[in-house]
Amino acid sequence: MTMALSESIRRSPERNRLTGSARWALWRRGLFGSPVNLAITLGFVAFVLFVVAPFLRWALIDATWSGTAKDCAERSGACWAFIAEKSRFILFGLYPNDRDWQAAIAVALVGSLVVATGMPRFWNRRLVLVWIVVLGAALAVMSGALTRQLVPTDKWGGFPLTVLLSVIGFAGAFPLGIALALARRSKMRLLRWMAVAFIEVMRGVPLIAVLYVSTLIFPLMLPAGAAIDKLARAQIAIILFVAAYMAEIVRAGLQSLPAGQYEASRSLGLSWATTMRLVVLPQALRAVIPAFVNLGIGLFLDTTLVIVIGLFDFLNTARVAATDVNWNGFYSEAYTFAALIYFSLSYAASRYSLWLESRLRVGHANREGTRHRTRSA
Amino acid sequence: MAIFNRNIVTKTVATLGALLVSASMLAGAAQAGETLDKIKSRGQIKVGVGTLPGFFSPDSNGKWQGFFIDFGRALAITVFNDPDKVEFTSSSPQQRLPALQAGEFDVLLSGVTQTITRSFKLGFHFGPIIFYDGQGLLVAKSLGVTKGSELDGATIGVQSGTTGELNIADFFRKNDKKFTPVVIEDTKEFVSALETGRVDALTQDASDLALKRAQFAKPDEFLLLPERLSKEPLAPAIRAGDDQWLEIVNWTVYATIQAEEFGITKENVDSFLTSEDPAIKRFLGVDPSLGEAIGLDPKFAYNIIKNLGNYGEIFERNIGKSTPVGFERGYNQPWTQGGLLYSPPFR
Repeated sequence: MTMALSESIRRSPERNRLTGSARWALWRRGLFGSPVNLAITLGFVAFVLFVVAPFLRWALIDATWSGTAKDCAERSGACWAFIAEKSRFILFGLYPNDRDWQAAIAVALVGSLVVATGMPRFWNRRLVLVWIVVLGAALAVMSGALTRQLVPTDKWGGFPLTVLLSVIGFAGAFPLGIALALARRSKMRLLRWMAVAFIEVMRGVPLIAVLYVSTLIFPLMLPAGAAIDKLARAQIAIILFVAAYMAEIVRAGLQSLPAGQYEASRSLGLSWATTMRLVVLPQALRAVIPAFVNLGIGLFLDTTLVIVIGLFDFLNTARVAATDVNWNGFYSEAYTFAALIYFSLSYAASRYSLWLESRLRVGHANREGTRHRTRSA
Repeated sequence: MAIFNRNIVTKTVATLGALLVSASMLAGAAQAGETLDKIKSRGQIKVGVGTLPGFFSPDSNGKWQGFFIDFGRALAITVFNDPDKVEFTSSSPQQRLPALQAGEFDVLLSGVTQTITRSFKLGFHFGPIIFYDGQGLLVAKSLGVTKGSELDGATIGVQSGTTGELNIADFFRKNDKKFTPVVIEDTKEFVSALETGRVDALTQDASDLALKRAQFAKPDEFLLLPERLSKEPLAPAIRAGDDQWLEIVNWTVYATIQAEEFGITKENVDSFLTSEDPAIKRFLGVDPSLGEAIGLDPKFAYNIIKNLGNYGEIFERNIGKSTPVGFERGYNQPWTQGGLLYSPPFR
């Protein structure tokens, strides 16, 4: 509401009638009108002078765009030649480099899947099937099924690994999270307790501990001779961890539904399962989509923690690229590059979330009510 | 929304690590022969490494290169006669020892310092020391000193939070010379202090100093002095209890050292095949009796040298004078040339 109001003032015809000096007065009041405004203005100017300007000088003016590490050492700016030389390694890590295209296809498949899922027009039951098929295909291509030359998972790395870990982590956590949320609200006491115990334990420990247990302690518990792939173990750990957060989000969605919805469908004679499938979940899940996007962004960024179990995710390949003896120590460039990629994708996701929110609000303006309170800012 | 708390990372890892190590100690140490059986059925050796230029790092194509990496490849040659039947996994310093205990790796070649605590309390075996590191001094050549004992009244940069400060004080007290310590926290500042002339020398582990020098604009103008102020012997580590695997690690490393002592290199190894010296015949497997006795490929030493070269070649190729790291051999040369490398006889 307030946003719409200020928008209408900004576009009002009165503003256009302001003379130059009056307009300046308005600016001056905004910039220097009160001690607080003055402090903010000065702080911002200082930020530009002491942070932004030196950064741009480093990143653009003094930068070296091509050549060798020696050329870079002679200039004081960023060494983008390093990124050019190492881009392949940063993107794909230890993946066999004559078959990088396989990893690229896997990323393209998963990327299109995510983008398509973002469009409300595809939201129907068939989407579940599409997810299973496309993720399966991406994994098959990545593991080298096309060329019949298997690429062991310890060679998977870089951007494809980050994308796969986060997208599969999210997709796997989704059904599990819904099941946990329903179990937590179940009338069966044992089921409810188990769900509560799982959710609280997972939310009570850091992801890094879950990963650590999956890599180091879990194999000790397996019978001798049995082994589960390390990447698979890490992936399962991520799914279980995210499912706990997912369950809480879904639970919030369930609680936001007025009791009348349940009562009405019961009085129509619908079974529990049908009630959930046709009445409750569609509304509850729709209400918490922004929270899902938020969780997704968080997960995408937090998969970098797999570095502690020795997996070469995107951030780790960027870091390790700077340990090449011929390109020693270009960590600032490596991290800047990685940050740029992470930021672009996260920013796109957050803009998408805003767009979706406004779209959902338009579609359901008549039912605007309590459930939108769960939306995160 | 801070969902995933990272603040307690270190604490958790340390606690879990301690827990895990004690749990696996209860479960019992490795049995003799177990490791080699596992390696053979798996078809590759699992090696835990770190990431440090020259020592272990993937190149632009994602192939692991480095000083310690070559010893991992040497092990693969001993067991499989194939330098690529080895999987390197980088692990963080907090994680690597518990991971070795958990069986994640067959051997750690990540630059672990051999200490008595690690041998007894953590239950590790150490193979032969393959790199003698220790606190060193890096100075500008323009200073005109060639030995640490010539530094008198120097200003010396020490990074805070290390034992370096105590060691350097001891060193100067012993030499009856004076110095002014400058404690610097930030790594970048620490490096630039010497380049800008704010300090006369930097002190830290010699391998770190060499890597920092490699990042200088003019690395040639700086000299790593020969003294070592502390002992950081880096050795391969394996789980305690598997003597057979320990011996394989031992003799793989010894083969590279012995080859250098014999003067056998990657280039000339074939010419030694016709040597009449019984010691060389045994060493290269021309006389197969030795290999048969120990249950290895009698030509394992030959294969290692043919593929990777002797210790000196591995050193020079990865971290030696011709590389950007530019490390001097120092203690890391055969005992016959005044170093500390010594292989027991192959007989």
